[in-house]
Amino acid sequence: MDTMKTTAAADREAAGEASALLPPVDIVEDENGITLKADLPGVSKENLSIRVDGDTLTIEGGVSLGESQRLEAVYAEVGVARYRRSFVLGRDLDTEGIDAAIRQGVLTLRVPKREQAKPRGIAVKAA
Amino acid sequence: MYPSLTRVPGDLFSEFETLQRQVERLFGARSWPSSIRAAGRGAFPALNMGVTADAVEIYAFAPGLDPGKIDVSLDKGLLILAGERADDLPEESDNVTVYADERFSGQFRRAISLPEDVDPGRVDATYHDGILKVVVAKRESAKPRRIEVNATAAA
Repeated sequence: MDTMKTTAAADREAAGEASALLPPVDIVEDENGITLKADLPGVSKENLSIRVDGDTLTIEGGVSLGESQRLEAVYAEVGVARYRRSFVLGRDLDTEGIDAAIRQGVLTLRVPKREQAKPRGIAVKAA
Repeated sequence: MYPSLTRVPGDLFSEFETLQRQVERLFGARSWPSSIRAAGRGAFPALNMGVTADAVEIYAFAPGLDPGKIDVSLDKGLLILAGERADDLPEESDNVTVYADERFSGQFRRAISLPEDVDPGRVDATYHDGILKVVVAKRESAKPRRIEVNATAAA
């Protein structure tokens, strides 16, 4: 049991997933797609990575606190300078059409639905 | 073992504590003594505080705010940050479904007590990438100084 746990932890570390904060998100679906907003304070456009691997969407960002000279922390509620969160997308979503923007630390992601997945009325024919 | 906030700089224990902090930072442990004004986990905005030779720096992790509407005040060594974050979630309807509503919205107010040696007349606040950084200068008398050793002519 211990061995398994150790191996899993080692795997995570090897994959660079040692520690990261889980950013809070809002997720809203409308008829054309899904809008995701994530709080990523301290993440600039340059430090943000959005990847789609198969049907998994991963948001990852590094926190940069600017040009501070020798800062010694005396109190910290944010102990990790990295955010990461993954979501599994459904097959009805168009991963090619994802649109992302970050403004004042808030990421807005728009994932459109595939054309054929948009809701449509199905006519019922009289037999 | 808690890292003490009142330490003599340069001694062996402080070196050890620095190392310990670096390890904690690396692994994300939260063994800091919590401030009496920290309103529990998940308070908005989260605060970090650090000191440099010249100033005390406070970082508030407050994304998505209008910088003009953040209220920063300093009163008797207590830094208070207040404001409001709008709820930008659309109304649910037949076509709109909300699956997650985790982001903070509403009014916030947080306070943190500063070390005694700050100059309340010199405070600077900037907002960038969703982080509010407040820099409060230390009093001149509190800054580390180098003291020259004067040579005297041999008697």
